[in-house]
Amino acid sequence: MTFKTIAIALAVGSLAGGAALVASYGSSAADKSGIPYRDGEYETVEAPEGSPLSELISGYYFRTPETRELQDDDFMNPAFIWMEQGAELWSTVEGEAGESCASCHEDVEASMKGVGASYPKYHEASGKLINLEQRINLCRTESMQAEPWKWESDELLGMTAYVRHQSKGMPVNVSIEGPAAPFFEKGKDFYYQRRGQLDMACATCHEVNYGMYIRADLLSQGQSNGFPTYRLKWQKLGSLHRRFRGCNRQVRAVPYANGSDEYVNLELYLAWRGQGLPVETPAVRQ
Amino acid sequence: MTTPVTAPAITRRHFMITVAAGSAAAAWLAAAPARADKAMVDEAMKALIGDATPADGAEIIRLDLPQIAENGNTVPLGVSIDSPMTEDTYVKDVHVFADGNPRPDVISFHFTPKSGLAEASTRMRLAQTQNIVAVAEMSDGKVYMTQAEVKVTIGGCGG
Amino acid sequence: MAKKHKPRVKAPKTASPGEVMEIKTLISHEMESGQRKDRKTGELIPRQIINRFECKYNGETVFSADMHPAISANPYMAFYVKAGESGELEFLWHDDNGDVYSHSQKLEVA
Repeated sequence: MTFKTIAIALAVGSLAGGAALVASYGSSAADKSGIPYRDGEYETVEAPEGSPLSELISGYYFRTPETRELQDDDFMNPAFIWMEQGAELWSTVEGEAGESCASCHEDVEASMKGVGASYPKYHEASGKLINLEQRINLCRTESMQAEPWKWESDELLGMTAYVRHQSKGMPVNVSIEGPAAPFFEKGKDFYYQRRGQLDMACATCHEVNYGMYIRADLLSQGQSNGFPTYRLKWQKLGSLHRRFRGCNRQVRAVPYANGSDEYVNLELYLAWRGQGLPVETPAVRQ
Repeated sequence: MTTPVTAPAITRRHFMITVAAGSAAAAWLAAAPARADKAMVDEAMKALIGDATPADGAEIIRLDLPQIAENGNTVPLGVSIDSPMTEDTYVKDVHVFADGNPRPDVISFHFTPKSGLAEASTRMRLAQTQNIVAVAEMSDGKVYMTQAEVKVTIGGCGG
Repeated sequence: MAKKHKPRVKAPKTASPGEVMEIKTLISHEMESGQRKDRKTGELIPRQIINRFECKYNGETVFSADMHPAISANPYMAFYVKAGESGELEFLWHDDNGDVYSHSQKLEVA
């Protein structure tokens, strides 16, 4: 505990409001913070075999009551603006083939149930690992003969969230074996690679130090089960790769491109680190 | 640019040193933006309520605000006042100001007897830790004021 | 984007006379504050926000709000309306650029 307190003090030392946070962290359990992780009132999922984590915790439990309330209520959750757009696009005919998503996949609730929980996946035709955004754009370019949506466009975000939402509550369930194995290994290497001027790896924050404060921010396990996510900071829905870019920039490293092989590989490794956590898409985070 | 390391080399000690250094740099980089102060709030208030001097509304106006906001971009704000909300007696307006934003005005809620309840909520942006001031104008001309502080978390990766 | 500024409204379709109904609304809008600078040019991005919200009940304004740049993107508004006679609830969002986005729905009071 002493060690932890020192780390917190260092981490929040430059912030005026930091002292109060440090004090309340070490004080009696009677003072509830409202943050489930700190109050010891959170759900865990058993970590998959070989995981460095003792238990899996959704980022939901690291957030304040106000942020969680936005996620809990489908009406208050602003991500549903994009979700509704996704629903409309599902049956919108586009492209040379004169088809919509619904032309092939019909009822989204039936056809997409569980799909979002299983991506990224190995794509045989290209011999590469692809994520859900890329799968959607492949449908557009190949089946619909339509233009691919731009990364981080409202359309691609809306459709990705809409498809993944059909797996809400289902456990994350990616395959890391067979043809996916080499991509998984690359993703793992990325995760532990120190980078940037701050010389930090993903693991520095999200494996070794989750539950501690980095300045005024409570570090989570960096789980991906809620993406695409409405972030208060962004004031809009955003992709996991946008979050990766933000993380990389925070450690003063040059970020990779959205949809790059590096990030898709990392996405698979990260999904496995949360294997079994319920899909929360679209989640709300700070 | 990157240094390959093995997993066990990523330690809490390393974390503490880099974070301490990083936050010092970040604090230096974060230039203070122009912001409102009490005089600007008074001026904005005068534009809306004229020369009326508000009475203490701490027992009248309920402000529903978080003590600590995780991110200043989306801070829940609720106001409510007990009132019969009849044609004779009702709450007309509640104006909300923030004394640490670039501009002090936040929102003015306009109620009518047909609102049924003098209660409304929205979400606001707060540039930093600051006071939220609410001023209520009643149908009988009485004016009340109250305020509360919201701490805004800035820094780390969520700021 | 075609679907920009699409309102979402959660309001009852039926109510009993005198019932005080909770209404929640949300609309997609960036609420550009006029305080941000373009990262590339360094120039101030002009303000464009929804500056006024109105709820009309059978043509009469029963609740409204004047909004400033301090209101968050995708503005949310929750408030109350007292049920009188059957008719129509109308919701209006006024944009700085003069556009008005609206949504209306029937209310049956019995």
